[in-house]
Formats: sequence, C-alpha cells, structure tokens
Amino acid sequence: MARKSPEVNAGSMADIAFLLLIFFLVTTTIETDSGINRKLPPMEDVIDPPIIKQRNIFTVVVNKNNDILVEEKPMQLSDVRSAAVRFLDNGGGIGEEACDYCKGDKDRSSSDNPDKAIISLKNDRETDYKVYISVQNELVAAYNELRDREFLAMYPNQRMTFVEANKYYSDPRTSPKAKIEIKPKLDVLKRMYPQKLSEAEPSKIN
Amino acid sequence: MSKFKKKKNGEQPAINTASLPDIVFMLLFFFMVATVMRDNTLMVKNTLPAADQIQKLDKKDRVIYIYAGKPSERYQKKYGDQPRIQLNDKFSVVSDVGAYILAERATKREELQNVLTTSLKVDGDTNMGLISDIKQELRKVNALKINYTTRVGDYTQNN
Repeated sequence: MARKSPEVNAGSMADIAFLLLIFFLVTTTIETDSGINRKLPPMEDVIDPPIIKQRNIFTVVVNKNNDILVEEKPMQLSDVRSAAVRFLDNGGGIGEEACDYCKGDKDRSSSDNPDKAIISLKNDRETDYKVYISVQNELVAAYNELRDREFLAMYPNQRMTFVEANKYYSDPRTSPKAKIEIKPKLDVLKRMYPQKLSEAEPSKIN
Repeated sequence: MSKFKKKKNGEQPAINTASLPDIVFMLLFFFMVATVMRDNTLMVKNTLPAADQIQKLDKKDRVIYIYAGKPSERYQKKYGDQPRIQLNDKFSVVSDVGAYILAERATKREELQNVLTTSLKVDGDTNMGLISDIKQELRKVNALKINYTTRVGDYTQNN
C-alpha cells in the first residue's frame, strides 16, 4: 500500500485569491462613455444653398468672453432652454405650414413649424469648450423636452418619456420584438421635432 | 427534562472556512471579466465638461478616441501649457488627425468601418478653435459621426 502523502495546506489559497481580487478591483473601470452625439456636415459645398427665412433661424452665438447672445440679445445660460422651446414650438405658419401640435404663441415673427425651425449655433475660436457644451446641452434639452411632451401625449400606454424610450431602444438587453414595436413611435417623434441644429464654423475676426 | 437541556460543550465549533476561497475566486472571476484595462495613458489634463442630455456611446470596438487638453504637469516643461491633441500615446498636431482616423479605421473590421464614431474627449478649458480644427480634419476624411464625450451632470457644474 502506498504511503499516504501529506495533505497540501490550502489555508493560504484565500490569501492568494484575495490578492488577485484586490488587483482587479483596483484596475477595473466599469465605464461606458456617454456624450452628445452630433453629425458633421459633409465636406462638399452646397452650390445653391436654400434660402431660409430669417424668422425660421434661431441664432445662438457664444462669443470669446463666453457670453451667450440669443437672437443678438445677451441671455443667461439658464434661460436658453426655454427660449429655444418657445422658438421651436411657436408654430406661426398658416395654411400648409401650420403646425397642429404646437402649443406655442403662434407668433408670425418666429418659426413657422418645427420642421422649418433651425437653430444655428456659432462660436468664437476663443470660446471655452465647456461653455459650448453647456449651450449644446441646453439646446438638445429643448428638443428633448418637446419630444417628451408629445410622446407622453401620443403614447400614454408606453409609460415612459421619449428620452427613456430612446434609451430603452438602444439598450442591447431589449428584445428585438420590443425594438420593432417602439422604433416607429420614435421615428414619428423625430419627424415631428427634427433636430436641426447647425454648428457653423467659428468666426476668426470679432 | 433533560431532553430539552441545551448541550453545553463549552467551546463553539470553529466556522468552516473551506468555501472562502471559492467565494473569493467567484468575485475574482467577476472582476477579471468586467475589467477593461485603460489602453492609453492620458498625457493631457482631461476634465470633461458635464452634460445631462447625453446618449451612451456605441460599443467599444466602434469608437475612435481623440483626446485634447493642456498637457499634464509632468509634460508641461517639454510641451508647454497650450492645449494639445493626444492620439494614441503621443502628442500630435491637427494635421495628424486625418491620417490617424484613416489608420484606425483600417484596423477595424470591414462591416464596422462605416459605423464608426469619433469620441472627442476634450478638457473643458480648451478653446473651441482647436476643436473646430479637429472637426474640419474629421470632415476631410469623412468621419462625420462624432460624440462630444462628457460626464454626467448639469450645466451648472461647468463653471
């Protein structure tokens, strides 16, 4: 009969495992980056730029001192969102250009309908990036606010806002069936309030 | 009566720790799987601005990163304190961006090459001029999908 070999002492196993565990704990970054998605315009120049009526353009300028000028008047950052909402939701058009879901002032000197309304964001080369991002954020928030409102009004059964629905749609855990169901609803809202945000090239002279 | 009497052995039995390594290993494997090692060392100051109207970035393999900001303190002697662009592990100039994007794009799988997003991780104190230059370069190489990567928070944190 073979001699019984002495048992290996496993007491230090836990220590080794802990050491490894702590190493991985420290090096772990469970992070998913997030940010504001934008699409740049293609390089080729439009030969014949379409003529856009001045009332359909909402100009936001951030100058080199980080001051915000909305329609040539200075404005605090906290007011930008509501001003953009008022502009987008104005719905001042008549006849074919009327907007039946807009709840704005129907002011003739502001935008005709959300499809026509364009926000033009201009910045200087000296503008701080964080101010620029804050303004972008507020403008996107204005679109989201309107989309949320209409989404809740049109699809109350969904029990979520547009932003939540969009997040739900892009979540990989959502089943394909649910995705197919929710996609057309999101598209309807994106057509109602299309995000027309133009980032002009910065001015060099001021 | 003695039936209900508690056994009084004096000593309590030692807790069996034989399963402790198993538990720890389980945790270990979880963190090993969840770990993403940072693949490039940051050489620039990188305090991202805060925003709350944000969307999650696509899967990691569809993203190209561009960092920009002031060089970190230990590089300031060599590279000065003006904001610089960092591509992969080195400082670069604006004209390198196009070539970098093309090179990165070539390393991706073919079916992903059209859906790539460029993530701009730019320090909040950078001037927009640099970012506009980067954007112009991106337009030249037709990398039109960009993401201004931010951290979560509202605009009041940006002051």
